[in-house]
Amino acid sequence: MRANVRKFIVDNFSFGREDVQFSDEESLLEKGLIDSTGVLELVTFLETKYKIHVEDDELIPDNLDSVTKMIRFVNRKSVQEASVAD
Amino acid sequence: MHLDGAKADSRLLRRMMDCVQYRGPDDGGVHVDEEVGLAHVRLSIIDLAGGHQPMQDESGSLSITFNGEIYNYVELRAEWLRKGHRFATQSDTEVILHHYAEKGEACVEDFNGQWAFAIWDKRKRKLFLSRDRVGVRPLFYTLHDRTFLFASEMKSLLAYPGVPRHMDPLGLDQIFTYWSTLPPRTIFRGIQELAPGTSLTIQNGKVETRRYWQLHYPSQGSVRTGPQAERDYADRLMELLVDATRLRLRADVPVGAYLSGGLDSSVIAAVIHQYTDTPLKTFSVTFDDPEFDESPYQKDVSRALGVDRHEVRCTEEAIGQAFPRVIWQTERPVLRTAPAPLFILSRLVRENGYKVVLTGEGSDEMLGGYDIFKEAKIRRFWGARPDSKMRPLLLKKLYPYLPRLQKQSPEYLKAFFSVGEGDLSSPFFSHLPRWKMTSMLKAFFSDGLRAELRREEPAAPLEADLPDDYSRWDPLCQAQYLESAYLLPGYILSSQGDRMAMAHSVEGRFPFLDHRVVEFAATIPPRLKMKALNEKYILKRASESLIPDSVRNRSKQPYRAPEGKCFFSAGKGRDYVEELLDPKRLQKSGLFQPEPVQKLVNKFRSGRAVGIKDNMALVGILSAQLVSDQFVENPGARS
Repeated sequence: MRANVRKFIVDNFSFGREDVQFSDEESLLEKGLIDSTGVLELVTFLETKYKIHVEDDELIPDNLDSVTKMIRFVNRKSVQEASVAD
Repeated sequence: MHLDGAKADSRLLRRMMDCVQYRGPDDGGVHVDEEVGLAHVRLSIIDLAGGHQPMQDESGSLSITFNGEIYNYVELRAEWLRKGHRFATQSDTEVILHHYAEKGEACVEDFNGQWAFAIWDKRKRKLFLSRDRVGVRPLFYTLHDRTFLFASEMKSLLAYPGVPRHMDPLGLDQIFTYWSTLPPRTIFRGIQELAPGTSLTIQNGKVETRRYWQLHYPSQGSVRTGPQAERDYADRLMELLVDATRLRLRADVPVGAYLSGGLDSSVIAAVIHQYTDTPLKTFSVTFDDPEFDESPYQKDVSRALGVDRHEVRCTEEAIGQAFPRVIWQTERPVLRTAPAPLFILSRLVRENGYKVVLTGEGSDEMLGGYDIFKEAKIRRFWGARPDSKMRPLLLKKLYPYLPRLQKQSPEYLKAFFSVGEGDLSSPFFSHLPRWKMTSMLKAFFSDGLRAELRREEPAAPLEADLPDDYSRWDPLCQAQYLESAYLLPGYILSSQGDRMAMAHSVEGRFPFLDHRVVEFAATIPPRLKMKALNEKYILKRASESLIPDSVRNRSKQPYRAPEGKCFFSAGKGRDYVEELLDPKRLQKSGLFQPEPVQKLVNKFRSGRAVGIKDNMALVGILSAQLVSDQFVENPGARS
């Protein structure tokens, strides 16, 4: 998942620019990689790719603002949604 | 002007004229006096028979080439006639000569108009150049090989043999920060722009510039308020606007008006209709996409006023097709496609036999209409209580037309518009988010361009250019100043204004930019310009009963145009887009990193690019590539 998420960010936000490197922990906001449209692009990607449903009140930097936060969020959602489905 | 005394060459002057024939297809002329040569292409508007240029005074010691209008020439002429002057023509051009002869360089302080002119004073062997207060008419110059050259457009200077064709890295850096270059810098190294409100003299080989006018606001808290004051301000504003409009209808050809469906152009159309006898024809742009289209409001106004309305529907196809020519006209990169529909609109005006239009430009700057003013007000309000959960939600109210912003959580809104430490005390508080966001696009700059930027002597800090008492002005006035002094001349009046209208030989006239209106608007208390978050409140008050309430009370929709879709369809870019953004062409111009641009292009090809930032990056990179292609790499292809 980490590789896919990173690839999505590179293809869509950083465009592989050499001076825009980011670690898994770094804030996408602070790096200037994401704007209001970017948040929604990101959510659409996560929902489609990982078959989760992101609620409006989950659209917060705590869930989405770094690669690590996203992975944690998607894992948590997948578990929750799987348990609801059960 | 040859500083070494060599005789000016009329053939070269004609070559420079030929490049901008569209600015004056009606007449033309060249005047050579030893080392000085003046040239002129004429769009005949006042004194069609007698206004030929370049023009000499009766003694033959003064010669002028002049682009623009001196609207109060009738009054000035009458004054000189009373004092015994004799005039050979009915033109405003001759009035400038008489006024200069008597008052010298200070003559410009009496002019109400829009101008760029050069006077050759043979007796003093002095060349005098001047540009109007707010920068409606353009004027560029360069010193090359002991020759001083000037022109309305930079392409004329580049047509002179030997003038170097290089992009200026700092000019590009400024556009990718402020959306415009900051005079005297331009996008071409060695070519300078005469700043608005500035005159230049060249005498004995010495070039000097002098700012004769600058926008100025009163210190915070020093203006009169109260209910009576509000009525007085509204009445005086309307009185000045009516007179400014009346003066701008002076022409010996029919005058039309642009009608966008917004408050400003509607007020101008209504003033023409109500206070003058001019039969009015209006011209409008419409779009297929309702996100941009304002035709229902345009129809409301034209119906209410009973005026003719002509429209042109701007398709994405038409914008994409026109864009290379648009950039040939702007002569600089742009970050939005918004100039293109205005290029298409001026063609409609010309096809209808009109060559003069009045528009509402300047109102948003002078009377507080732009969203950036409201955004700054909210950010400042929120910055005072950074922990407030409710205050940032006002930002949603600010941008009702941006659906993606409406979906954001308060946490993200706070992040996007956050007020950083030290921001509140910055003289540029209002503009920091815009400049920061735009600067992010520089991440596409190539290593070579970055290295050049590091080698350049940095431009003087913008702080140095601010008026002395700027820090004592109200924050709204400070923000208005930044919009009026930089973006207005550097983008709105040039890339969207003069260059788009003149491409089809059309002259724009702007009642809100009459200097009396501008100077009066600066004295209006900020709370009457923006009442809470109600923009241009005083203009709405002043125009009660003049225009339909549907238009007067509508929420502001900034003028915008479609972007990415104009350049890409069915998974592919237009031919010129694919060509100019191809890695080989990017390598050749050396401005941007090819691989990241390819990733951006792929995002557009696959239809995934929807945001403002991606669109600005695409338009900025594509237009910079067009400038490089048309003016630097393959200059012969078009010129």
